[in-house]
Amino acid sequence: MTALTLTNVNKSFGDVHVLKDINIEVEDGEFVVFVGPSGCGKSTLLRVIAGLEDATSGEVRIGNELVNTTPPSKRGIAMVFQSYALYPHLNVRKNMSLALKQEKQSKAVIEERVMKASRMLNLEDYLERYPSELSGGQRQRVAIGRAIVREPKLFLFDEPLSNLDAALRMNTRLEIANLHDTLAASMIYVTHDQTEAMTLADKIVVLRDGRVEQIGSPMELYNNPVNQFVAGFLGSPAMNFMPAAFIAEGDTRTLGVRPEDLRLDADGDLSAAVQHVEQLGGDTNVIAQMKGTQITARLFGQHAISQGETVKFGFSSERAFYFNQDGLRT
Amino acid sequence: MNKARTNPFNNIAMHGALILYTLIALFPVFVILINSFKTRKAIFREPLALPDADTFSMIGYQTVLKQGDFFLYFQNSLIVTVASLFFVLLFGAMAAFALAEYRFKGNTLMGLYLALGIMIPIRIGTVAILEMMVASGLVNTLWALILVYTAQGLPLAVFILCEFMRQVSDDLKNAARVDGLSEYAIFFQLVLPLVRPAMATVAVFNMIPIWNDLWFPLILAPAEEVKTLTLGSQVFIGQFVTDWNAVLSALSMAILPVLVLYVIFSRQLIRGLTSGAVK
Repeated sequence: MTALTLTNVNKSFGDVHVLKDINIEVEDGEFVVFVGPSGCGKSTLLRVIAGLEDATSGEVRIGNELVNTTPPSKRGIAMVFQSYALYPHLNVRKNMSLALKQEKQSKAVIEERVMKASRMLNLEDYLERYPSELSGGQRQRVAIGRAIVREPKLFLFDEPLSNLDAALRMNTRLEIANLHDTLAASMIYVTHDQTEAMTLADKIVVLRDGRVEQIGSPMELYNNPVNQFVAGFLGSPAMNFMPAAFIAEGDTRTLGVRPEDLRLDADGDLSAAVQHVEQLGGDTNVIAQMKGTQITARLFGQHAISQGETVKFGFSSERAFYFNQDGLRT
Repeated sequence: MNKARTNPFNNIAMHGALILYTLIALFPVFVILINSFKTRKAIFREPLALPDADTFSMIGYQTVLKQGDFFLYFQNSLIVTVASLFFVLLFGAMAAFALAEYRFKGNTLMGLYLALGIMIPIRIGTVAILEMMVASGLVNTLWALILVYTAQGLPLAVFILCEFMRQVSDDLKNAARVDGLSEYAIFFQLVLPLVRPAMATVAVFNMIPIWNDLWFPLILAPAEEVKTLTLGSQVFIGQFVTDWNAVLSALSMAILPVLVLYVIFSRQLIRGLTSGAVK
């Protein structure tokens, strides 16, 4: 069964066409990540799914039910916001139980679900506290707990980790992954961070300027991007792009090579002047200039390369991507 | 951490300025209070002296209480003030919520129109208001005063509350919508508690002028049974003779309820400030 189906969804604010012909299917229990640069419409798309914005045209179906005109609370969804959006005047317990009270659930059910969620998120000791007395990570967990207690068909996460610091972000990311395994619920997760997308997703939807660029599993997108945008957006450091004429005279296409596919090679085709070396211990990132184009190589292990040196890089031809002038893969 | 930032001289200067202002502001109140406990002669001989065994007298309070209707005036003032504040806050907050939250045609224009009332004093329309009240038979009722004061307070209330409601995060309201709260529930259960400090500010701003007003009670409700305290106290001020003991006593007593209301609202103010500080 599909948890969510979007068919030709469009959204305009006045003259501004924000979402253009979006078609997405989310299977039951799937973790789908919408990823794209800021302003690409991913949050708007999430809000259309949540019912906080109306689609200008197209169909939104949740669990095979057309929900275009259904209010958010009746759609069987729960949403976690970037700013946590906890009710500041209610304590953790009341924050989590408010939605259930609105649904007129019995006290026993409310108590049971709140306890279950707080056990899952290690929030039992904080139930009587107010949001202002919690740390950022705890607040985010409360926000997630508020979503869990509703036992929704579909979870929506709107950049839930962007307000957390790096260490906490990693932990919370793992927690969300665990949560997905435990609940086996369908989840949609919006982020601009490709690492989050790659690590969490069963399926990634790459968006740009309100259009879906590509849909697929993380490795599918990584190994087989349909265009230059997707190739450049996924992977860190980002893929190197250079005129293909650098290695083959007269070729008008763009050549793309991932940093980790470049290796030091005395007979290599690419000769570049080293601009900067990042020693990470396990890896060494070499940033070099080649005829005005910056290329980054990620070398395994430690290498003694100094600034200003000229090095030669090689790569195997099956790891090279070619894009035509419209950015499409050829 | 605080130590590094506070310069002791600044601190003294700041407190000095505040204390000086407090003294200046409280001086008239103080003079009224001490003189209300003195004999008529003592008031005129040494207006600034404290009452002692010779000059102490409760004659003013006795006159006021004997006047009989004083408690009725008191009650009228209280009803008018509290009811007006209630309507100002309720309608002001609702209008502000609509202006801040919903996008509709003429939103900005509507906001400007409502704010216009801040700049135009309502007393300019006194004659028209009186005609209206006569036509609707509301002259000499407390409703006449309540309606006028509500109208008078609304522009500023809408203006202030609108600004505060814009600051309530959209995510919060959206979270409430996802949680199934109706727009009314969002307004009453979420937004109102969050703008409580602003509500208290509006209440304090409106309360004092309403309580002290003489103009509209004199024009719209001069009848004995609907007289307010300020108007009621005027009976002691004559063209030739003024019973200063009674006037000062009446004024002293009139301070009390405002003081109580102010304490209630200002506690809200302080609580609001501290809860907002840790976000």
